[in-house]
Formats: sequence, structure tokens, C-alpha cells
Amino acid sequence: MAAVTMRLPQVRGPVGTSAPRGAEKHLVAPGDTITTDTGYMRGHGTYVEDDKLIASVAGVVERVNKLVCVRALKARYNGEVGDIVVGRITEVQQKRWKVETNSRLDSVLLLSSINLPGGELRRRSAEDELAMRDYLQEGDLISAEVQSIFSDGAVSLHTRSLKYGKLAQGVLVQVSPSLVKRQKTHFHDLPCGASVILGNNGFIWIYPTPEQKEEEAGGFTTNLEPVPLSEREVISRLRNCIVALVNHKMMLFDTSILYCYEASLPHQIKDILKPEVMEEIILEARQRLLDLEG
Amino acid sequence: MASVVLSEAEKLYIVHGVQEDLRVDGRGCEDYRCAEVETDVVSNTSGSARVKLVDTDVLVGIKAEMGTPKLEKPDEGYLEFFVDCSSNATPELEGRGGEELGTDIANTLYRVFSCENSVDLKSLCINPREHCWVLYVDVLLLECGGNIFDAISIAVKAALFNTRIPKVRVLEDEEGTKEIELSDDPYDCIRLNVEEVPCIVTLSKIGYRHVVDATLQEEACSLASLLVSVTSKGALTSMKKVGKGSLDPESIFEMMETGQRVGKSLHIALQKILDEEESLGTSRPKVGFLG
Repeated sequence: MAAVTMRLPQVRGPVGTSAPRGAEKHLVAPGDTITTDTGYMRGHGTYVEDDKLIASVAGVVERVNKLVCVRALKARYNGEVGDIVVGRITEVQQKRWKVETNSRLDSVLLLSSINLPGGELRRRSAEDELAMRDYLQEGDLISAEVQSIFSDGAVSLHTRSLKYGKLAQGVLVQVSPSLVKRQKTHFHDLPCGASVILGNNGFIWIYPTPEQKEEEAGGFTTNLEPVPLSEREVISRLRNCIVALVNHKMMLFDTSILYCYEASLPHQIKDILKPEVMEEIILEARQRLLDLEG
Repeated sequence: MASVVLSEAEKLYIVHGVQEDLRVDGRGCEDYRCAEVETDVVSNTSGSARVKLVDTDVLVGIKAEMGTPKLEKPDEGYLEFFVDCSSNATPELEGRGGEELGTDIANTLYRVFSCENSVDLKSLCINPREHCWVLYVDVLLLECGGNIFDAISIAVKAALFNTRIPKVRVLEDEEGTKEIELSDDPYDCIRLNVEEVPCIVTLSKIGYRHVVDATLQEEACSLASLLVSVTSKGALTSMKKVGKGSLDPESIFEMMETGQRVGKSLHIALQKILDEEESLGTSRPKVGFLG
């Protein structure tokens, strides 16, 4: 039976009362004066005009001793060494792949930075170069770690661990990088029955939990069997919960996603994206998170 | 049209999901995403509407101007469609990339409205062979998130519902020259009957089944789609097949039936929301683009 829901648009204000935090954040918009004190060094997101320090982006002012910078709320991903990212291959070049990671420049995955199938350790030869497309093609998704940053800001990735590599069946959700909380680990096996990779670049990958941890053949074999319906439901529900959290600008980490999932269980999966149901779920999840903190 | 690149495994996941009637966002194969419809958003048009289907955003404005009727239909007015695909909608529409898509959509709209009964064109006539109302329908595609044809047709119907054409009287002088007089009351206008206006339903074939209201990811997995335009009574006014894949005649038949069924629900839901908006009258809080 077809279900078509239409509604009139409504102005939606912030949901619930925001909890008072320790120190008041200094929020600025482009053009706002940050300070008129000339003793400060200007960092990213600021410029000097008429002896005043003015913000050029909308965000939070951060001050480290004499350095003042503005961290934008919505910005492209800036790579840091050690970050976990989920990226999509856009180009296959001579000895490297170009990976799209929602940053200003495409990231680079060198041929020497991947694990060859079978776990061999050897110098990459000309045959390996010709066979690059057999490993990773345009459009493939990978999970990788940031190895280093080039001088122009482009990020160099590596998949030199068995937990990284090509991603198989699942769902990708793209969010703003500032909403992903930095944690010890970004690979989570949620108790509800699915696993999630929270990439620091804002790409969230939800996939069915693999049965056994087989000794990955370098992480390049993909399981193409159909995923059972029960796991699909969990994955769809998680995806909708993450979209709900992002719409309400809440930080994404395993606990917030889990609380949101549990709050959404009474509703049907497709109803989670309705504005009023979304608000209800977010309020409940937010309350539980506050109780956890306090 | 915007397109996303997907890996083979992701496409396989989507195809298997559609097979089991559970799409990535939990919808069934015949469910639409939540749509937001608002009319009267542009003040200097005769009628306007904005439709937002999660990430597909369409704005339609209708201007009623006086013109001369076409030679082959001297006692009817007519509609002119123009579609502008904003470069903001998707990077592929940058510069002049949107022209081809725009003409494609405009031609589809002409075809959909080519059926005689869709809009009562005789009511748009003022003086046979001399004056008639021409409705210039301008469609602006603001954001492309999959399923643009459906969103555009919903917006066109809502804008036609919202259109107010001023009442005119034709006065004849003793010498025989005709003068057209506009009534003084700005609220004295004629409304169009939109009961027979069709809406487009896009059915995308994914694997062995077809889905309604495909997202960008689902469109990347489907090789062929069928656009059917359905009136509120379930009558088909036009049909168009798009995509580089082929469709089996049996599947076309099934898709047409689904299109009729879904189209009827679509019209019921749209009419309900338009009536609700109308009943709120001036007390409705206008959201527009700053909500």
C-alpha cells in the first residue's frame, strides 16, 4: 500500500533546553570583531582590519596563549595524523589512488601503503602497478588511517593493518566532520546487531557485523552474499537515527547512536525521519546522555 | 541529472534490499519521502509553490499574462513551461550544463499537460481569437536529491491551485473597439480547477522490482525508469521511459499499475494539504526560505 505523507513546513526551533556548559563559548559570525587588542597573533579564520581582529568564518573562537583562531562549525575535513577515515576512490593513477574524503584536496593512497592480498611483504613491482585496478577501482569505499600530511594539506592514507581495507556491503552516511567526536576507537560493534565505522572525515559506514574474524586477506575480498532482513532493519534504523542526530546537531559517538537507536525502537523505521518523531527521539536520547554525564 | 558514484557492494546491498521491500531508509517500495509543500511563497507571481522532498527542492512560479490565442485553438488560453536548473542544485549543472536537463523537463511537462482535460483552457479565454490568458509556468530546481520530476509536478499542481487570475470584463464601444477592464477589487479573481491536473510518478526499476521516489543512490542502481503522469482519478495522460536499460513489456504493465495506485494516493495527500493550507488562510505562519 502506498504511503504518501505531505505536510506544511514549520519553523523548527532548537529542541529542548540546551544544558549550561562550563565556560560560555565565544561564537562569532563573519565580520564580527573578536578583539581590539593588537597583542594577539591571528590564526585561521581571522583577519586584521583597522587594528581590529575580525572573524572571517562562522564558528567558535579558540585562544591558545597569544594565538587567536576561529574554528568553523561547518568546514571541510582537515586531516590529522592518526585519524581514521572512510573514503571513496575517485581516480587510479600510476602508483597511487586518489581518495575522496570530504577535504579540500583529494587524499592520496600510495600503492606502497596498502596490504597486498595474502599478507605478502615485498617491494611493489611493475606488475603490481598494472594490477592496481584489481585491488581498488573507482567508486570503491575504503577505511584507512592518515599516515602523513603533505605540505599543501593533502592527506596521505595507509591501510597497513588488517582492520582497514576495502569495505563490503553496507550503508554510507555523509555528515559534517565537526560532528564526529574524537574517541579512542572509531570501529564499534554495536550490541543491536550491526557495526559502524565513524570516520573522522564525516563519512559514517554502517555494515552487518561479520561472523568470524577470518584472517583477512589484506581486507580486499568482499562478501557478496545477501544480508538477512533482520540485519537490514537494524542497519536502516541506525542510518535514520544518525540522520536524526545530525539534523539536531548532536555529536556522534557510539553511546549517542545507541541511545538514539533504543529511543527509536517503539517507532517504525521510516517514521523516524518525520520531524515530530525525530524531536521526540532526540529529546529522549539527549536526556539519557545528560543523565550519564551528571 | 545528479549522480553519485557507488561501489559494487553498495549497489548490491541496495538491490537486495529492494527485493525484500526494505529500502536503505526503511521505506517500502511504494512509499514516498516526507514532502513539505508551501504555496504563495513568491509575492509578485499569480501563483507559486515550493516543494521540498528531504533534499530535493523545487520552486514554481506562475504568471498570468494577456496574449493572443493560438491559431488552431482560438477560444482557449495556453500554458508555457520554462525550467531553470540552478547551478546550486548539483555541480554537474554548473554553467550551461543545466540547459539540456531544463529543456528535457520542460518537454516532459508539455507532454504531460497536452491532454485536453488537464487544465480548463476555455476558462482562460477572454475574447476568442483576440485575447486570452497565457500562464507562464516557471520552474526553478534549487536542489537535486533524486526524483525531480515528481517534485516538479507536485509543485506545478500546487502552484496552479494557488494561482489567482484577475477578473476582466470586455467592454465594447460604439465604434466596435473592445476595451478590457480590470476589476477594481484586487481579491476579485478566478481560480483554476486543478482536479484533472496530472502528477508525474517516477518508477525506477531496480533488480526485479520497481521503486517509487528513488534517492540519488537508488537512481544510480537503476538502469531504466518509467515516468507516468496520473490524474487524481487514476487516468494516465502520458508515459515516458528514461534510462539506458531496457524494460520488459510485463514489467511496464506492472509499473503502470503501481503508478496509477501511487498516483491516486499522491493526489489525495496533496489535495488534503492544499485544502488545509487554504483553510488556515492569513493566519498561516509563512515559512518561505528563512524557516
